[in-house]
Amino acid sequence: MTAKRAPAGKQSTPRSLEPAAWLLFSAGGMIAALLIPVLLVLFGIAIPLGWLAAPDHSHLLSVLHHPVTLLVLFGLCVSALFHWAHRFRSVLSHGLRLERAGGVIAVLCYGGAVVGSVVAAYVLISAW
Amino acid sequence: MDTAPAGAGPVYTARAYRQPVSRFWWLRRRSYFLFMMRELSSVFVAWFVVFLLMLVAAVSSGPVAYQEFLDWSARPWVIALDVIASAFVLLHAVTWFNLAPKAMVVRLRGRRVPPRVVLAAHYGLWAACSAVVAWVILR
Repeated sequence: MTAKRAPAGKQSTPRSLEPAAWLLFSAGGMIAALLIPVLLVLFGIAIPLGWLAAPDHSHLLSVLHHPVTLLVLFGLCVSALFHWAHRFRSVLSHGLRLERAGGVIAVLCYGGAVVGSVVAAYVLISAW
Repeated sequence: MDTAPAGAGPVYTARAYRQPVSRFWWLRRRSYFLFMMRELSSVFVAWFVVFLLMLVAAVSSGPVAYQEFLDWSARPWVIALDVIASAFVLLHAVTWFNLAPKAMVVRLRGRRVPPRVVLAAHYGLWAACSAVVAWVILR
């Protein structure tokens, strides 16, 4: 890797939270790499363009009502959001040289991931 | 670093010179640019979470809301956004899996599993996950 990322948590994340943030970042990176391409290509490209017929509503509803689906989707949403927070924070702080606003950026990114996780939990629980 | 002995005449503060780095340093080299694109893929990962939650909410609201979601996702700008997002998510997946053999040193019975095997295992897992997801959705 040519560009080196500064160690996470140098700016404002408390030291004790660093391993947790790193674990969520890696878990999110892995889950996102494994699951997002197929879901996005199916629902974002193949079905809207008519390459594949859209699944029946009743079928998708029964898939959605399965506890495993809800658990997988919840894990996907939370870890993907923290993965986003970690990388987007580095884009703003190091990529765009906004180190001075590091504290605000960290709060906005990780705070955004927390808010997004709560919204995801709400949507998934009400779908059940 | 910045201290001078007290009472030794005027205090000169010496600072190491740091060359200012441009805000757009990542446009200078191809490898820096690719690094930045990989980091930016996270924005499209976040977009996918929003898209997924909209789909889930629509399906759970009933057939009419689901059809409305399908119509909305077929608008040209949404398709264009999802094509771009797919490209970035694929960049994320490929760079993630290609780094895995470096990030993971797997030992089996005291021997290091060759990096090629770790790489192949990740791509195999990716193919298996994609096949299962497609089968669950489309069957």
